[in-house]
Amino acid sequence: MKYAKAIYASLIVFFLIAPLLVILPLAFTSSAFLTYPIPSFSTRWFEELVVNSVWSRAILNSLIIATATTALATVLGTLAALGLRSQDLGMKSQIRTMFLLPMVVPAVVLGVGMQSLFVRLGINSSYWSVIIAHTVVAMPFVVISVSGALTGIDRRVERAALSLGAPPWKVFSLVTLPLAMPGVLSGAALAFATSLDEVVLTLFVAGPNQRTLARQMFSTLRENISPAIAAAAFIIIVGTVLIALALMLARRRRG
Amino acid sequence: MSENFIRFQKVTKDYGTVRVVEDLDLDIARGEFVSLLGPSGSGKTTLLMMLAGFESVSGGAIVLDGQKINDLPTHKRDMGVVFQNYALFPHMTVAKNVAFPLEMRGTAKAEVASRVQKALDMVQLGHLSDRLPGQLSGGQQQRVALARALVFEPRVVLMDEPLGALDKQLREQMQLDIRDLHHRLGLTIIFVTHDQDEALTMSDRIAVFNHGQIQQCASPREVYDHPSNRFVAEFIGETNLLEGTVSAVSGETLSLTLPGGTVFQSHGLAGFRPGDKGLLSLRPERIDIYATAPEGVNCLTGEVTDTVYQGDHLRIVIETAAGRIIARINRKAAEWANGAKVTLGFRAQDGWVIAP
Ligand SMILES: Nc1ncnc2c1ncn2[C@@H]1O[C@H](COP(=O)(O)OP(=O)(O)O)[C@@H](O)[C@H]1O
Ligand SMILES: [Mg+2]
Repeated sequence: MKYAKAIYASLIVFFLIAPLLVILPLAFTSSAFLTYPIPSFSTRWFEELVVNSVWSRAILNSLIIATATTALATVLGTLAALGLRSQDLGMKSQIRTMFLLPMVVPAVVLGVGMQSLFVRLGINSSYWSVIIAHTVVAMPFVVISVSGALTGIDRRVERAALSLGAPPWKVFSLVTLPLAMPGVLSGAALAFATSLDEVVLTLFVAGPNQRTLARQMFSTLRENISPAIAAAAFIIIVGTVLIALALMLARRRRG
Repeated sequence: MSENFIRFQKVTKDYGTVRVVEDLDLDIARGEFVSLLGPSGSGKTTLLMMLAGFESVSGGAIVLDGQKINDLPTHKRDMGVVFQNYALFPHMTVAKNVAFPLEMRGTAKAEVASRVQKALDMVQLGHLSDRLPGQLSGGQQQRVALARALVFEPRVVLMDEPLGALDKQLREQMQLDIRDLHHRLGLTIIFVTHDQDEALTMSDRIAVFNHGQIQQCASPREVYDHPSNRFVAEFIGETNLLEGTVSAVSGETLSLTLPGGTVFQSHGLAGFRPGDKGLLSLRPERIDIYATAPEGVNCLTGEVTDTVYQGDHLRIVIETAAGRIIARINRKAAEWANGAKVTLGFRAQDGWVIAP
């Protein structure tokens, strides 16, 4: 039984990471094609990412957009989670559902709607349009993760702070926020990752100047299947893993 | 000493359509230790939370030191609150926890340090000031909570079942510690509990709660010996209740005639008139058991049906014409076998007649 479980778990893990195992080695191919076998190893495709302005621009765009999205989604999502915790809020579960809706609404539908909205507002094909679109889909992750952290906080601890003479804003900054911080940080990391690999909405609302890395990979796949895609994927994955590790370390230090 | 330091005047609390506290009046003097005692759900916590400012008041007024505080925000009330689960700040060290109220008041750094040290020494935790709350035992956490609630010398200290989570031995130790601090620092303490022994041990006065109303508020001795109604008599300690009719009143002594025709002389509430129904409350430990009836005490004969050994005393169940009666007798007294015919007796001042 024990072996059966272990084998089953290994198979699942293998199934999950097999695509990565297929694509990542190709980042180091010297060939001009995204195929096996790999003739010899080289870093030419990483150089391509830096030297070719299309790719380097895409990397920069992704960083700008993901950073802004993370900041915006984390602040808004945290505020939403705090509001949803308030006791005298009517229709709480309906409002919560509204906040989580972007997770289940098909991205294509969201994309069409946003595009026409942004066009009307005159901000389509700008950094703002992409950042706003990404924030909409990233915020639910922050709401969920911060709400989880907040439910773990005993209200009596906050009441105690009030009774000890702390005005409400100090209770928030000295007690509530520090205690919710692990949730805020994982929410932020999820928001960052969401923005990094968002493609569908980006297709609708970004102009040529806001091509993100994921978007660039997507179009390269269709036009000329170059191993630069694999190199870009490698960078995204390494970045994500690093963020996850940093989070884990931060958590462990907190105790 | 100023009388009526804290006044609850016709205080009411509604949650939706449910009235949890009803027209409640209570005056508390400066330096007094008052326990709120009552069954779970009787509104004790709600009253305390209204006093602390965590819950709004639906009707009536709460007055502190001459000032109506219904709408005063919690952080300006200057009350130390100790919660049942301690409610320490889990991300701050013990010293930081205790320093918190002082920092909120802008106390100078050096003074904060010395007062924190003093407060922790007072609860014998000076050596643990760098620990996090999670690294302390329940009793130690409770002491930190106490130090934190006292360090800023609040006008009032509110405690909501602060010892409920501790084991018996520690609880009794903390009871004595808190009582000692109360005497030493002259604190005004309002202490919620559902444990009657705790209330009897610690309080100057006990307010007995039921259904959001105070049934009686008096000294522990008064509440135990002279309960004002049936609820108080039954809630505090164990008692035998015998129903009868008041047949005569002379001074503080009443004559109560039981259905079987037995007449008892007993003290009781004022205001009874001959012909009124009365309920005699008779504490088990006030009953003596005799082989033959002595002179000058109320007597009733019966048959022993059960004897329970309880270490320091025996609990004896006796069937009488007036019903089943429980007596608690000293181990030095004679023991009685089941089926033994005995006479039980009590003095007039050991009984208490209340309205049925
Ligand atoms: N926030 C609330 N909403 C609705 N009812 C409440 C709330 N808090 C307490 N109650 C009700 O008020 C009554 C008194 O509660 P409480 O003051 O906690 O009693 P106690 O402390 O004496 O056990 C209970 O019936 C409880 O269910
Ligand atoms: Mg309670």
